[in-house]
Amino acid sequence: MIYIKLSLPNALQDSAMPSATPPTTPHGINWFKYSSPQAFFPVAGALAPCFAVLAAVLCVVGLYIGFFIAPNDAQQGESYRIIFIHVPAAWMSMLIYLVMAFWAGMGLAFNTRLSGMMATALAPTGAMFTFLALWTGALWGKPTWGTWWVWDARLTSELLLLFLYFGFMALQAAIDDPRRADKAGAVLALVGVINIPIIYFSVQWWNTLHQGASVSLKSAPTMAMTMFTGMMVMVFACWAYAIAAALWRVRCIILERERRSDWVNAYLEAQK
Amino acid sequence: MLAVMRGVIVRDLTLAWRRRSDVFTSMIFFVIVASLFPLGIGPEPKLLLAIGPGVVWVAALLASMLALSRLFASDYADGTLEQMLLAATPLSVIVIAKVIAHWIAANLPLVLIAPLLGLQFGLPADALAVLALALALGTPSLSLIGAIGAALTLGLRGGGVLLALLVLPLYAPVLILGSLAVEATAAGLFAQPYLLLLAALSLGALSLAPWAVSAALRISYE
Amino acid sequence: MNWGSASEFFAMGGKGLYVWGSYAVTFLCIGIELAMLASRRRALNKKS
Repeated sequence: MIYIKLSLPNALQDSAMPSATPPTTPHGINWFKYSSPQAFFPVAGALAPCFAVLAAVLCVVGLYIGFFIAPNDAQQGESYRIIFIHVPAAWMSMLIYLVMAFWAGMGLAFNTRLSGMMATALAPTGAMFTFLALWTGALWGKPTWGTWWVWDARLTSELLLLFLYFGFMALQAAIDDPRRADKAGAVLALVGVINIPIIYFSVQWWNTLHQGASVSLKSAPTMAMTMFTGMMVMVFACWAYAIAAALWRVRCIILERERRSDWVNAYLEAQK
Repeated sequence: MLAVMRGVIVRDLTLAWRRRSDVFTSMIFFVIVASLFPLGIGPEPKLLLAIGPGVVWVAALLASMLALSRLFASDYADGTLEQMLLAATPLSVIVIAKVIAHWIAANLPLVLIAPLLGLQFGLPADALAVLALALALGTPSLSLIGAIGAALTLGLRGGGVLLALLVLPLYAPVLILGSLAVEATAAGLFAQPYLLLLAALSLGALSLAPWAVSAALRISYE
Repeated sequence: MNWGSASEFFAMGGKGLYVWGSYAVTFLCIGIELAMLASRRRALNKKS
């Protein structure tokens, strides 16, 4: 067996704070090295700006490809260019829900505070992307199909996903004790994850039986390579942005929840 | 274990019987909501026939959901729920028993009077039978999923509306399949696939939900 | 390059409202999210 010793690179070590990582044994990987809020706080602080810059750069590149290099679409004209934000937002909304449920589950299983905080931090960003997917979907539907709202299987499932996000956030907001809020939200998120395939399947069936396959935002223009590239770059831009926003938010949550501890008070004093 | 289940079911049904008015208010709510739709939309028979299955199902969903707060509330208030948490019998077993009793008291009346509401919308006789059967197959999963929501929101402020927000999106597949079953029958097609799927959802909920409800109850009690 | 002139770019072949409506709301939402995060952080710094 190969043993690996991990240690914080010097750049990430905040010398103003006492060492927060649990002592590593000489052998084996300490999987919980960053699982205390105090240990993760500086890591998040260092990573978030990197992801934010990455997101901005990728966004510029992606939109440039999307608007200036990708050609006009024969059927839909220029309105198809909404795809460069609609598809990334939709994919992010689903990915973030899965990651949120994952961390919530980890928090339930290992009783780690930080996992629950991460799930709480991800929810608003996920809800925002879901809303954007719905909004851009509606604005795409109007010039293409003539109506603002289309009961397309995917848009309807997105709408239900938005309700699932709202339910998660509302439940956590209604519970005062943060640990109970984390665990209750975790149960709800896991129940939601199991339900998402069921919801999607039944909505798809409902849609095809009622409307036929005529109306579907799935029929994106047959993707020219440039369109596909632009879209994928935007996907990664949104992904990097989501990570940055979640890391910034989890830092706020850590400071709020741990405000009674010495390290937070020392840190906030140093900020003044 | 079966003795405990029978004891819990008998106890809950006795308590529900002593508060018969709760059951009747649920039923009357069901009737009122279903009757409001024609008032809002207009009495044209073809239109009512088209929306009838969906309306009855939505009304049943809402009535079922309103009854959910009764599932754990009184036991939570007087401390019986805490005893159930401490009991030797697994909590999931007690939860299944409570949900069975709740289904009999809250959802079975809806199943029985739904055909009458279907008549209001002009549904044909075979569609009425399928409506009752679909509700009978679908409401167990409504009770089970709703029990998860009720356990999560135990004792919280803003309880009823929060419960609705949590639980209604999860009800969507049951609603879709249930109303498709009735519409298919009204159109002369087979309802069997939808009924089988409803049964599958209920069985799936029966196997998974009690565990989630137990976890949620323990979380609410910490 | 796809566009003959800046005005063509903004018109988007007549679909300008939809395309720019989408992107405008996107950047607005991102801006709101970041602003809310910043104010949350400022409140924390101030409260200590």
